[in-house]
Amino acid sequence: MDSDSKLKPEDLDRISKRMRQQTVLREGAGRAKVTVHMGTCGIAAGARKVMSCLLGLIDEQSVQDVILTTSGCAGLCSREPMMTVELRGHAPVKYVDLDEGKTKKIFNEHVVGGTIVADYALGMGSERVS
Amino acid sequence: MEDISLHLLDVAENALLAGAGRIEIRIYEDRREDILKIEIEDDGRGMDEQAVSRALDPFYTTKPEKRVGLGLALFAQAARETEGSIKIDTEPGGGTTVRAAFRLSHPDIKPMGDLLATMATLACAHPHVQFVLDHRRDSGVVYRWDSESSARGKNNGL
Repeated sequence: MDSDSKLKPEDLDRISKRMRQQTVLREGAGRAKVTVHMGTCGIAAGARKVMSCLLGLIDEQSVQDVILTTSGCAGLCSREPMMTVELRGHAPVKYVDLDEGKTKKIFNEHVVGGTIVADYALGMGSERVS
Repeated sequence: MEDISLHLLDVAENALLAGAGRIEIRIYEDRREDILKIEIEDDGRGMDEQAVSRALDPFYTTKPEKRVGLGLALFAQAARETEGSIKIDTEPGGGTTVRAAFRLSHPDIKPMGDLLATMATLACAHPHVQFVLDHRRDSGVVYRWDSESSARGKNNGL
């Protein structure tokens, strides 16, 4: 059973090394944080493709100040894949029903450019877990 | 889930929520014996007897305060669909090892999928957790990747 990957094993080394170097960002100094919701619902709906797309964009554009991370289910399984974009000093924005095209647009316009892509946004704010 | 690599991502995400600092995924394909063995070992909180007895029940969770998925239950279902099996070794504070077996030639076995994308997702989102992927086929190593070795520039066994 072969693993059908576009990545090469050496890409894993590069990704891993780069993310470790972001320790300072993860301690609060990052300009932007992107959280891909990676519950069972998100994974089944395609969250890993969204994550891979973001990784590719960060790589291509040599973006240094964006933290990419995952979280569990956001509680809105029917709207997965979802991600939350949080620019420092701004409220988090949740995006829903993602695919690669939407992810690219959101990354370029919101994460890099600072302008919310209202067409794909569910709203502002974080889910609460009680 | 479309493929096995997505199940592994889901199980690993659950292990991370259980506080794992190290997760090792071992895959062994034995074509002569017609079996695919997968082990996922973590050093997270582990489970007590009651939790283990219900771990494969999709209506049970050890983490009621968090929204977590059905990782183990669906993984077990995928194994059983191929006349395979699943076993969980765990104890409170002692981590968890999930051992699954799949019949390789079974028509309902899912494709392996993109294992490297699964590892990239985990390594990217959790850079301070150690991830190990060890994929073997018959007597050969398909690849072995260790995020700790990677950080030290010593991943030359790929």
